[in-house]
Amino acid sequence: MQYWIIQTLNSLALGGLLFLLAAGFSLIFGLMRIANLTHGSLYMLGAYVGVTILKFVPNLWLAALIGGAVIAIFGGLIERFILRALAGNALGQVLVTLGISFIVADFCLIVWGGDPIPVQTPLALQQPLRVGGVAFPTYRLVVLAIAVVTAVALYLLMERTRIGAMIRAGVDDMQMARAVGIPVSKLFTAVFCLGAGLAGAGGIIGGPIMSAYPGLDADMLPLALIVVMLGGVGSLLGAFVGSFLIGAIYTFGTALLPDLAYVILFLPMIVVIAFRPRGLFGRQTV
Amino acid sequence: MKWARWALLAVALAAFPWIAGEYYINLTSQIFIAATFAASLNLLVGYGGLPSLGHASWLGLAAYLSAWMSLKLGLGHALTAPAALLGTTLVACAFGWISLRATGLGFLMITLALSQVLWGTAYRWVSVTDGDNGLRGLTRPAPFGISLDGATSFYYFALAVTVVAITLMAMFVASPFGAALRGTRDQPRRMSALGHDVWTVRWITFVYSAFWGAVSGLLFVYYNKYIHPASLSITSSAEALLGVIAGGSGTLAGPIVGAAIIMLLKNYVSAYIERWNMLMGFVFVLIVIFMPEGVVPGVRRLYLRLRKWRTG
Amino acid sequence: MTFNRRRFIQAAGAGLSASALGFPAVARAQSGPIRLGLMTVKTGPLASGGIDMERALVQYLKEHNATMAGRKVELFVGDSGGVPAQSRTKLQELVERDKIQIMIGPLDTASALASDDYIRSQQLLTLSVAAAEDMTQRKPNPWFTRGTSTSSQSAQPLADYCAKTLKYKRMLTIADDIAYGHEMCAGFQRVFEDAGGKIVQKLFPPLTVPDYGTYIAQLKTNVDGIFLGFAGSNGFRFYRQFNEYGLRGKVAVVGGMTAFDEAVLRNMGDEALGIITSCWYSADVENAINKRFVANFRVDWGYDPGFYAAATYVEAAVLDATLQKIHGKIEDKQAFMKTVRAITVDTARGPVRFDHLGNVVGNVYIRRVERKDGRLVNRVIQTYPNVSQFWTYKEAEFLKNPVYSRDWPPAKNLES
Repeated sequence: MQYWIIQTLNSLALGGLLFLLAAGFSLIFGLMRIANLTHGSLYMLGAYVGVTILKFVPNLWLAALIGGAVIAIFGGLIERFILRALAGNALGQVLVTLGISFIVADFCLIVWGGDPIPVQTPLALQQPLRVGGVAFPTYRLVVLAIAVVTAVALYLLMERTRIGAMIRAGVDDMQMARAVGIPVSKLFTAVFCLGAGLAGAGGIIGGPIMSAYPGLDADMLPLALIVVMLGGVGSLLGAFVGSFLIGAIYTFGTALLPDLAYVILFLPMIVVIAFRPRGLFGRQTV
Repeated sequence: MKWARWALLAVALAAFPWIAGEYYINLTSQIFIAATFAASLNLLVGYGGLPSLGHASWLGLAAYLSAWMSLKLGLGHALTAPAALLGTTLVACAFGWISLRATGLGFLMITLALSQVLWGTAYRWVSVTDGDNGLRGLTRPAPFGISLDGATSFYYFALAVTVVAITLMAMFVASPFGAALRGTRDQPRRMSALGHDVWTVRWITFVYSAFWGAVSGLLFVYYNKYIHPASLSITSSAEALLGVIAGGSGTLAGPIVGAAIIMLLKNYVSAYIERWNMLMGFVFVLIVIFMPEGVVPGVRRLYLRLRKWRTG
Repeated sequence: MTFNRRRFIQAAGAGLSASALGFPAVARAQSGPIRLGLMTVKTGPLASGGIDMERALVQYLKEHNATMAGRKVELFVGDSGGVPAQSRTKLQELVERDKIQIMIGPLDTASALASDDYIRSQQLLTLSVAAAEDMTQRKPNPWFTRGTSTSSQSAQPLADYCAKTLKYKRMLTIADDIAYGHEMCAGFQRVFEDAGGKIVQKLFPPLTVPDYGTYIAQLKTNVDGIFLGFAGSNGFRFYRQFNEYGLRGKVAVVGGMTAFDEAVLRNMGDEALGIITSCWYSADVENAINKRFVANFRVDWGYDPGFYAAATYVEAAVLDATLQKIHGKIEDKQAFMKTVRAITVDTARGPVRFDHLGNVVGNVYIRRVERKDGRLVNRVIQTYPNVSQFWTYKEAEFLKNPVYSRDWPPAKNLES
């Protein structure tokens, strides 16, 4: 029984972390039709930048905000100066986003070295929470809470604000959005910054669990892709449900079917794309 | 004029082993292998408009099949080569059937997922693949009794296979079927309305492309005499895709140039520049900024503009 | 003195072609410098260890004026990125273009296996760092010498220590799902169970697992100890999460030779204190050579050398000593191989010699993480002298069994 409770909590916590990673990817893809393959690198860069910020600002949440902003600016620069010119050139986008991720990976190796670097868990959250006979890391529960809060905030942003309405209009029908005078260009930059910032902040918030290490980018990018393809691109709800679904499939799948550990995440994606190409909640086929 | 250029290229390729050292001969053989591999992917990406991120499946699968049959069944190359090609092509028939339910990014993701399944199997099914140790102790074939163990003989072998492969792929593209394929890329609805079976056109291309990917896989395993799950990984697939795009997708020369650029950066330039990975990233970014359509079309465009400017 | 005719022709041909292509031709005179190749990893997830390998080797050369047995040594470095096929290409580059006469490396098992037949065909003298068991066991490579250890060579004494000194009865093992992890855990299991213990659970998470939470939840806590067989950043990440779940102090942790390496310790805190590991090296090993090595390394880089740094430093010492014996004539490969397998050398890890398969026989240290001068160190608490890759088993009997793997020796005591 204990075991199942812990594994359930595990799957929820992992789902929360995945949502922080994937929400930005989904937003960017949904609005701009760009498969941003630097997303894993932005997450990793966030984690490393967070390590450095924490040396000066000993507060993880503040560091996540600052780091998120730094990565958002970096993302904005990429969008403005490189991706902007490649609208509609999907292959060019693949080449340039992978190219940038090579640069970021080597940059991190030069600046932070090849050893894994820990991100300290906030002191108050270091002890596991014990209820009955069950001990579970407090910090993971906090990550889950942050993911839920972020999801609600993004939902309110999308549904209740002018910007959100414009983004939704853009996701549904870009040409129409242009025609009614929505400043699409500024919107693109804003959304790209937001998506990149979320990934960067996610890297820092995930830091106490994942640490910062070379290869983190390559470990995370496929997860973001899987979540978004499963949930449906451009759908916040899809990213949310997809994250928790993947969290559960991964946690229980590797525990119950260890022989399938390598493929467990890819099998559901194959089924979904083959039979429901728009994903569970997507409005459009990719 | 055009004939003279081709003749010059033929002479240069044929004479290369006579003037170059062993290392450069081997490096060029590897460029041939990478070029065949990228060219086969180009059929899908460039002419079919179907970006695949799982093309390493075909290279890796053919290599594994051939290695496994020779190591565990003790079969000779005369049997393993056609059997590996056949086996890989059959798997491609099935994978194509699944993957082509999607197009665009969905296709990219589903090919990625399927190739990850093969990668995971190679890693985990240790009794067949030796897992992370890879399969070793392999040999190169000796067609017509000529040993391919030397760098020069293997160079000519790889060159011959590459020329045949590229020629047959070029003929495929130039055929009426190739025209129909490009039609499905640019105007799928219209092609459908004109009575073409878009899905079947794509599926045949998928299988044909996988077949040449498998041929490059045989060359790969003959060259390395070793096969490891890394050859089935996303990195391996991505490298081929990057080569196609960087060189210029949908052109015949593009993938060859792109594969050569990547091979040289990885294996030649890296001896001089420690952070060659970063350099490779910058090269890709610069290519996209200055020649968003790829190096081959980009250079052609610049050349034409230059000529126009000179002739006034 | 045999001079290999084929190589001479190749060298001449390459010299000619190099000038034809406009590269500086390299003359290869007998009395010229010794051309030493290092095959390492400087990009990707294995880069940390790979960079240390280069730093320590460069340091050795610097300390010896880049001279061995009176001949200058020129170093050529190849970066395989940890990808087997690329490692082979890089090795070809070192051999065919840079004309190296001896290689130190590669770092990882798969790269060593990928290069195996090439090493044989080129008859390339190799001082390996990679731990692949069978390269010095059932499929020995005649040009291959290993001064570090096989995967299980350090784990077997640790199992003995756990069973006999710590009196553990029930243990579980967890390691990366790669040959290195399998071999290490298998060796540990065999010795531990032969000494009367029981391995009740074996877990092998994939190398690129995003999160260990689901594995940690599966760990049996009613055991005396857990053996960690991770390498690189994975052991570090696993142990941090192990802590998160409040398991530290509840179950004792012991580690293989790379799990709590000096490179990992320098980013850890008090949570690592008291952990027992085994390795053929520790920065804390007491001998004059090691004292100087550690001191100089600290001056240059500001941290303690660990497994990977020590690996190339030890191999360099083996190379140096062998060359002294054959008067620097590295061209005589047969003499080199004969000498290196008969030699005894004092190195930073203590005295080493080699068995007839080319694998090292040397000390293995049981170490405990302690704090010293404000930093964490692997304090040596017991030394197992002259440990062979076969542990205390008879060679013939050992080699009759299949190679260590996920499935051998069979786990008879697993509890579900």
